Amino acid sequence: MIDRYKAIEKILAHVQPADLVLSTTGMISREVFSTSDRPGNFYMIGSMGLLSSFGLGLALMSPEQRVFVVEGDGSALMSLGTLPLIASEEPTNLVHFILDNESYESTGGQPTISSKVDLAEVAKSCGYRQVARVDDIEGLEGALVAIDGKAGPHLILVKAGIAPVEGIPRVTIPPTEIRDRFRSSVQQRD
Amino acid sequence: MDAKTFWDVLKSRDLTFFAGVPDSTFQQAYRYMVEDPEIRYVPAVREDVALGLASAAYFAGKLGGVMMQNSGIGNIVNPLTSFSLMYKVPVLLVIGWRGYGGPPNDAPEHWIMGVKSPEIFDLLDIPYEVPEADQLADALDRLLAEIHKRSVPGALLIRPGVVD
Repeated sequence: MIDRYKAIEKILAHVQPADLVLSTTGMISREVFSTSDRPGNFYMIGSMGLLSSFGLGLALMSPEQRVFVVEGDGSALMSLGTLPLIASEEPTNLVHFILDNESYESTGGQPTISSKVDLAEVAKSCGYRQVARVDDIEGLEGALVAIDGKAGPHLILVKAGIAPVEGIPRVTIPPTEIRDRFRSSVQQRD
Repeated sequence: MDAKTFWDVLKSRDLTFFAGVPDSTFQQAYRYMVEDPEIRYVPAVREDVALGLASAAYFAGKLGGVMMQNSGIGNIVNPLTSFSLMYKVPVLLVIGWRGYGGPPNDAPEHWIMGVKSPEIFDLLDIPYEVPEADQLADALDRLLAEIHKRSVPGALLIRPGVVD
């Protein structure tokens, strides 16, 4: 088990300036925001389940940029049909992270079904080109290093512990400002 | 209106990135779309997934589109309110209007949404047009002007028989 905020710190340490980083609603966006705010981050502070399809669209529209999609198990389960869609569209530049703590932690830690369903196996069956399942920080580091030079779509399942951190601020940037600065970070405009 | 005319109108307005779920209201137009190399279409598994995909086009400097049936409007209410309208991300919704006019038109599963479809967009303050076959270009241009002026989604409600 990896503490979620340590996993997020580790993932963000591998982000290059041109990369796009998308984070899902709840604690994940708050932790990405407080760890490393940057214009190329899109905090999807509502619309649970929408992040992966938005990420797929960006990966297709801007194929020269790496797109990091960072969501939780609850979010991935809500839009599970997007996994085979991503696999079938074969975006080589998409890196999909599922931080799997087997719970809806942002709403009070209610259990999800991912303790009984291995989402890494689901992604493999769907046809993701690269799938890793990690449960310690060294494994995550290895999976992140292994992205380089390999065509995606990648799925990295991170088994995370429930370790709520008190006092993590909400995303304080207004939605339209998140939109505008992110839009400026998306390259390859027609 | 035949499928080629329909797509010529859309493509001439730089509408070439679509995602969606099919509807029998525009079967020929759907077939034309997936075979036209100038149109990039992603066969989404649900309407909300299509909305997420198509919305990405805005960030690359284009307007994306969603092809769908009105029975899927319920599937996009959450992303419309807490994504599209909140972040002000425009997108074009091309919607087959099943159950138009209410019962006894169409099958029972379309009766309620057939009546409620425009009311939902009124409620959400999302602009829409209901084009006639010979006035598609005018209706689309009015809608696109509103979409860009307010930076919001907008819907084309396509009644049966308007587009092949």
